[in-house]
This record gives sequence, C-alpha cells and structure tokens, in this order.
Amino acid sequence: MQAEEKMTYEKWPAAPEKSTLEAKNKFLGFWLFLGGETTLFASLFATYLALKDKVPSADAALAKDLFDLPLTFVATMLLLTSSLTSVYAMYHMKNFAFKKMMVWLGLTVLLGLGFLGTEVYEFSHYVHTYKHTFTSSAFGSAFYTLVGFHGAHVAFGLCWILSLMIRNSKRGLSLYNAPKFYVASLYWHFIDVVWVFIFTVVYLMGMVG
Amino acid sequence: MSTIAQKKGFGGTIWDFLTTVDHKKIAILYLIAGGFFFVVGGLEAVFIRVQLAVPNNDFVSAGAFNQIITMHGTTMIFLAAMPLLFAFMNAVMPLQIGARDVAFPFVNALGFWLFFFGGIFLNLSWFLGGAPDAGWTSYASLAIHSKGHGVDFYVLGLQIAGLGTLIGGINFLVTIINMRAPGMTYMRMPLFTWSTFVASAMILFAFPPLTVGLTLMMFDRLFGANFFEVAMGGNTVIWEHLFWIFGHPEVYILILPAFGIFSEIFAIFSRKRLFGYSSMVFATVLIGFLGFMVWAHHMFTTGLGPVANAIFAVATMAIGVPTGIKIFNWLFTMWGGSVKFTTPMYYAFGFIPSFVCGGVTGIMVATAAADYQYHDTYFVVAHFHYVIVGGVVLAILAATHLWWPKMFGTMLNETLGKITFWFFFIGFHLTFFIQHFLGLWGMPRRVFTYLPGQGFDFSNLISSVGAAFMSIGVLVLLYNIIMTSVKNVKVGNDPWGDGRTLEWSIPSPPPFYNFKQLPLVRGLDAFWLEKMAGKKGMTPAEPLGDIHMPNASFIPFMISLGLFIAAFGAMYHKNHAWGLPVIILGLLVTFGSMFLRSVKDDHGFHIHKEDLVEDNEKGAKA
Ligand code: HEM
Ligand SMILES: [Cu+2]
Repeated sequence: MQAEEKMTYEKWPAAPEKSTLEAKNKFLGFWLFLGGETTLFASLFATYLALKDKVPSADAALAKDLFDLPLTFVATMLLLTSSLTSVYAMYHMKNFAFKKMMVWLGLTVLLGLGFLGTEVYEFSHYVHTYKHTFTSSAFGSAFYTLVGFHGAHVAFGLCWILSLMIRNSKRGLSLYNAPKFYVASLYWHFIDVVWVFIFTVVYLMGMVG
Repeated sequence: MSTIAQKKGFGGTIWDFLTTVDHKKIAILYLIAGGFFFVVGGLEAVFIRVQLAVPNNDFVSAGAFNQIITMHGTTMIFLAAMPLLFAFMNAVMPLQIGARDVAFPFVNALGFWLFFFGGIFLNLSWFLGGAPDAGWTSYASLAIHSKGHGVDFYVLGLQIAGLGTLIGGINFLVTIINMRAPGMTYMRMPLFTWSTFVASAMILFAFPPLTVGLTLMMFDRLFGANFFEVAMGGNTVIWEHLFWIFGHPEVYILILPAFGIFSEIFAIFSRKRLFGYSSMVFATVLIGFLGFMVWAHHMFTTGLGPVANAIFAVATMAIGVPTGIKIFNWLFTMWGGSVKFTTPMYYAFGFIPSFVCGGVTGIMVATAAADYQYHDTYFVVAHFHYVIVGGVVLAILAATHLWWPKMFGTMLNETLGKITFWFFFIGFHLTFFIQHFLGLWGMPRRVFTYLPGQGFDFSNLISSVGAAFMSIGVLVLLYNIIMTSVKNVKVGNDPWGDGRTLEWSIPSPPPFYNFKQLPLVRGLDAFWLEKMAGKKGMTPAEPLGDIHMPNASFIPFMISLGLFIAAFGAMYHKNHAWGLPVIILGLLVTFGSMFLRSVKDDHGFHIHKEDLVEDNEKGAKA
C-alpha cells in the first residue's frame, strides 16, 4: 500500500498505523525507544530514592512536610483522563473519523495543559513556602530532576501532538500520517505510566514517611 | 540516465556526504571520523608512554598528564572504537541481511552527526582552557571539584555523542527485525549481524543510565544542583553505579561485534561453515544478558559489603563460560578446514591467545578478595588493554582489511597488511604484557611519574618501546591505505574468492540501492550455498520492479549543530551573559530543524525499472 494515496473509509485498513513498511518500522522503533526511556526513568527513580530526604540541615523540609494529597490527586486525574481521551482519539483514527479524532486529541491537549499548570503551581508553592529548591539540597535536586523530567516530557508531548494536529488539520488522514498520530499517542500513554510510578514512589511513599 | 553515473565536482561530493542518508556512505563517514579520533587517541597514548618511559620524567606536567590519560580513554572508547564498529555495522549488516538500506536512513545520518559534533566538542577542550582530567570514568568525587571547564566538555560532549549512539542502536534493531530478505530467518543470520543485533539491544538499555549520570553531573557543575555534593546531602557513589551500569555493558557492546567479525573471518578463510553456529548465537545472547548483571565488579573496593561483592564476583565469572564456548568454536572451525593465511586471518590468529590472556586476568580481577590487591594498579590496565586492544582493536583492523574492497572497490595490499600486523601485534604484547607485572609489583595506575630504584624503570621502558612498534604498524596501515587508493585497482563481487554471506554476492562497492532484486535466502551462508550449487549469484526473490529510496537531507546536520551550539552556551552561562541566549539559540536550531522535519512531508523517490536495467547493462560491459 502506498503512503501518499488518497484514502476513503472503505479503503482504510484495520491497522493503519502499521500498513506500510515505513509505518511498521516507525511502530517498532518507537516501542524500542520507549524501552530506552524506561531505563532512563528507572535510573532517575533510583537516584531519587537514594537521595530522598537527604538535606544539609535539620530545618529543611522533607518529603512528608511537602506533599499535599489533594493537589497531586487533581494532577493525577487530569493526566489519567488525558490518556483515556487519547485512546478515544486513536479509536476514531482507526475508523477514519478524522474530525472526531481531532476533537479528542484537542481534549487530550487541554487536559495535559491542565496537568502542567498544576505542576507549575506545585513547584512554585514548594519554592516559596518551603524554600525547597533545585539547589537547596540533594533531595531538592533529585526531586525536581525526576518530576521535572516527566514534566518536560509532558510539555514535549503537547507540542508534538499540537504540531501534528495543525499540520494535518486541512488534509485529513492518510497512511502517511496515521502512524505519526499513533506513535504520538503511544508516547502520551508512556508519560502517563511514568506518572503512575511517580505518584506512588514520590508522593504516596513520600507522605507515609 | 541513471543517478549513480552522475559526475560531481569536489563541492558536490562534500555536499553529498553532508546530506547523505545512504548507509554505505554513512559507514565511510564513520570510518573516516573514527579513524581520525583513533589517531588522536593514539597520539595521546604515545605521549603517556613517553612521559612514563623513564622515572622522574618531566615531558608533560602532572596536570597535563591527567588530561591526556582522560582524553585517551574517553576518545578511544567513545570516539574511536564505537564509531569504527558502527562503520562496519553500517557498511555490512544491511547487505548481510539483504536489505536496501537501514530502517531509518534519516536517523542513521542523525546518529552520525551527533557523534561527530559530540566528539569535536570534546576535543575542542584542548584549545579552550584544558581538557577533562578526572579519568575516563570521571568519578564524581574528583570531577565535581575539577577546576576549569574540562569536565564540562566531557559531560556535554559525551551527552551529544551518546544520543547519536542510542538512536543508532535502535535503528539497527529495527533494521534487523523488519528488513530481512525473504528466507533470511533469525537462525540464518550471519554472526556479525547477530552480534550487531545483541550489541544494539545492549546500547538501548545501557546508554540511558549514562545519559542520566551525565545529566546529573551537568546539573551539579553548571546549574547548582547537589547530587554529588556530600555537604548538601549528595552521594558520589550514585555516579559510580550509573557509570558502570552503562560502563560494563559498554565493554561488551564493543567486544560482541568484534566476536562477530572474527566469526566471519574464521569461516571465510577456513573455507568451512562456522563450527557450532547455534551455540555461537546462544553464547552471544547470553553474554549480552549477563553483561548487565556484573557492573559492581568495578566497585569491589568501594565498600558495598561482602554479600554484594560475592554476588557480583560469581556473576562476573559466569560470563567466562559463554566466552569459552566461543573460543572453542573458533578453534574447531579451523580444525579440518583448509586455512588460507590472509591478513584478516593473521589478526584472527593473533586475537585468540591475546584475548584468552585478557579473559584469564578478567577472572583474576573478578575474584573480589584478590581484587583489593589488583585494583587501581597497572594489572587492571593490562587486563583491559588485553581485551580491548587484543580483542576490539585487532577486530577493527581485521575488518578494515576484510571489508575494504566491499566498501571502496579495491583491495588493501596484503604484504603491507601483514607488516602492519606484525608491528602491531608484537608492539601490543611488548607494551602490555609487562604491565601485568608492574601492577603486581605495586605500580599504581594513573600516576604521572615514579621514582627510580623501585624496580619499575626497565619494565616501563619496554612498555614504551612497544608503543613505538604499534605506532609504526599504524603508519604502515595509513601508507597502505593511501597507496591502495592511488592505485585504485578495481575488484569484483567476491574479491577474497571465499565469501559466504550476501554482501559478497553484489558488486564492490554496491550500487546505492544494494540489491536490484532482493535475494532469496536458502540457508546459512546464503551465497556460499549458491556457489556450491554451481550458480554465480543469488536467485532473486522478486521480479524486477521500481525501487523506493529515501531522499537526502541536511536536517540531521542542523539538529546536531544546534546541540553543539547549545552546549557552548550551557558551559559558559555561569560567567558570561551571552551563555543563556546561546543555549536558547542552539535549542531553537535543534527543535526548529526537528519541527521542519516533522511538518515537511518526505516520501522519498522511486528508481524506475528501466533505469535499473540500463545500469545492469553498463555493469556488464565494464
Ligand atoms: C571474562 C571476561 C571478563 C572479566 C571476568 C572481567 C572482569 C573485570 C573486572 C573485575 C574489572 C575491575 C578490575 C578493577 O578495577 O579492579 C575489569 C576492568 C575492566 N575491564 Fe574487564 N572483564 C572481562 C572482560 C572484559 C572485556 C571483554 C572488556 C572490553 C572489551 C573489558 C574491559 C574492561 C575495562 C575497560 C576495565 C577497566 C575499567 C577502568 O577501571 O578504567 N573486560 N574487568
Ligand atoms: Cu566490567
């Protein structure tokens, strides 16, 4: 099948994300890339655990002083829901329903933005109320690096999905751009899974002590 | 008129290489850049040996010595050995599996340019206030407090180069999984392809920890973080773990392709199927797997405790088993074969005893209790040079001779090749054998000089003489390359006459689409099978048709250039106001180029059937 071909609902294959060799390669390559990303985050998690609550003086804030469950809960719900909306988007992509896919992707982006907003608020809260900064202690460095790396992934994912949406807004789905949308949504799920671990390891375990 | 026949001027050729996405040209780029850094690293080695040739020498200062040993190790591992192996992987692996290119030609070019700019960045340190001086392992306890910008060059340069390696690894994996010719099952893949596959998988999981380690150190040195600042709650052992979780797999990333190269050579020049093919595959995979579980053998003296040390010691020794399997398989391949003594085969012969020595000392240093004695002495230096030079470098030199005709269409001179071998091989043992004893007698590694009368003097002199021999060997090789290129006597598809795998079934160098028709693979050593069946070439697996090829692109160069610029900004932003704008500018170039790549459709182009037929006729006349 040719990637450039004009598509109709009837001709649209069942797995548009891997119907050409280029698409298959992209699909597999991206999964492998996520494998590498997993080791990247695993290293960051290990570093965080080793440096958790390692501060220079007794009056510095520790994990149990910092974290606040309601706020983290809101952030978590925003991001988890955005993963769900991106699933809907891919569902419509597979059914060649371009408009619907765009709507759900739009929602995904909004939810992602909401998540980033809470994160920015959260960080500035720690900095101003607790003087817990990137440079204040090893704990601070490790915390902002782990959570910030994740936040940067979210920001990158948002830019990526947005530019795909803008680029393809006028021309609809094709076998050339279907894998691009699909891979971006895979990335989005990955970010979500990482957050689940951050939520557990950093926030829940942090509050327990 | 076909595209390959076009004549280009000098500028055209340069532009061609700057924008190429063809795996064969990228291979040449890797070979040139890797060769260049090999010479640079070699010069540094010579300086080290000159300084240590006699006691109390003042050829270089203590500070300069630290910079030289750091850059020697870093350059050789990251900028010479890796890219040179990547050169052969790029040149040969797609041909061996019967593919027209790699899975992501664009990413392939990007990987090269990232490596290249990272390497240049690292080496510019020599001219910009001093090179890194905390050792190639850059332990945080030293590196954090190293003055000047040396370690910043290390951190940023390796970060950029490492990204290139990572995406290169992913690319090879996808290529091997998705792009094999009809009939090329996994258990028919040549061993060099197998070892590329396993090494790439190791790259995928080993490089991210390095990325993290380098990032943490960058944050500490340049952005005020405290990961390794003990007074602020930091912990320097984290660096050691991250570095070796990467570092030990890395040494196997280097040696596995070397094993692959020698497996090809033993089979070709014994004119016999590789003995124990399946056990070779199994051993390769097992080594790749175990390679991730032994990193703490570099940290026996760090104080992880007896339980950790014992576990890591046993795991380390376990790797000796699959490695031993390989050694015996190579010996049995020669057994009963009709061995032809070509230059690559000389290297293969030299490799076996040298590498076994390195393996034996490996088991010795893996004995945790004994390692308290060996650690940080010349014994360790001897160990890893026996495996890296006796294994990896000999393999690279062998591969250079073996695949030169495939890459450039002309054979390196055999006599000069053998002269190179003897100089290099004798020089190698002269340099490093004695270092085992220097280590056992108590000479610590990484010292810039020593006092006379401790029994080190004569041995160090011998070691330095050996380095001179190796240098002569390399010079002869360079001379050989120049003479061969000047004469440029063209050779046919199978210049050694005994080629077994698919790369020898097509012209040297191959046309840019590699295979006019994808070949049908009927078994292991596909080309050899056809030859034995009395055929001249492979049976095609498809009718002649249009071939889809990717477009050349300048974007990979720009993406890498952006990071190169940003790295300068990051390094100087603390003391110079222009730092931050430069970071932003560099990142804009990088992300802008990525953005351009993603919004600009690139469908590639088709070579039409008729043009292929025409090429064929031209080939037939020549
Ligand atoms: C049977 C196989 C091997 C064993 C058991 C082994 C074991 C070890 C051990 C225990 C050390 C740490 C010694 C110390 O610092 O006190 C070491 C160092 C080293 N090994 Fe091996 N090794 C083996 C093969 C290899 C191979 C194949 C390579 C590379 C191609 C390699 C490269 C290195 C390097 C570079 C170092 C030193 C790193 C440094 O401290 O700068 N080894 N080896
Ligand atoms: Cu090791």
